Amino acid sequence: MADVNRGNRPLSPHLQVYRPQLNSVTSILTRITGNALIVAALMIVWWLLAASTGEDYFAVANGFVTSWFGDLVMFLSLWALWYHTLAGIRHLIWDEAKMLELEKAEPLGWAVVIGSVVLTVFSVVVLW
Amino acid sequence: MAFLTDRKRAVGWGAAKSGTEHFWAMKKSSVALLVLIPFFVFTFGSVLGSSFEEVQAYYARPFPAIIAALTLIVGFKHFNDGFQTLIEDYVHGIWEKVLILGMTCISYGAAAIGVFAIAKMAL
Repeated sequence: MADVNRGNRPLSPHLQVYRPQLNSVTSILTRITGNALIVAALMIVWWLLAASTGEDYFAVANGFVTSWFGDLVMFLSLWALWYHTLAGIRHLIWDEAKMLELEKAEPLGWAVVIGSVVLTVFSVVVLW
Repeated sequence: MAFLTDRKRAVGWGAAKSGTEHFWAMKKSSVALLVLIPFFVFTFGSVLGSSFEEVQAYYARPFPAIIAALTLIVGFKHFNDGFQTLIEDYVHGIWEKVLILGMTCISYGAAAIGVFAIAKMAL
């Protein structure tokens, strides 16, 4: 390895030079939704702590979590949660080496995207 | 040494320095969350927006309390394992360790706070 040229070598194709495809976009979204859910998770923990502490503290936390901003975060997080859940099911299927062929992976990707929207609308309607 | 098989001596010494523990941990927590998340969405979602007394009474019931506690424990473990992968992919050197360490504190800390709060209301 001593004489290997370490600079200026061609790199394998990366995000910047790849045309976005359904599989790459849905994969990136899985990571973004999963990590972004920390915001709602910490808000829920704060809300629970306030609810267990006392009425005054609950009013503060509940006021923030149910404000228009809190509602927006919760609504987006609800979609992120359903999306990440469906994408997780897709990973469990792929782990079994099933549906990896393009003509099967493509509809599976759309099922995750469309399914996440359907589940979000459904749960908002039920919980309104 | 003579009693060890070749495989046993090789396990854990590959380039990755570890085996499939992380993958298997993610798989276990993801399957658990597959069951917990729908229950959590519809229990927590139905009580969010209620008054202080209603929330207290709701989490005094065993089912919503146990679902919420389990979801927080498994969810934060799953989140922390996933965050570790994110950091390992994009951050290297000292910050890789600092960020993983920091988020591990936040994950376990938040899970503990959540479970404490639920237990306080439930008992």
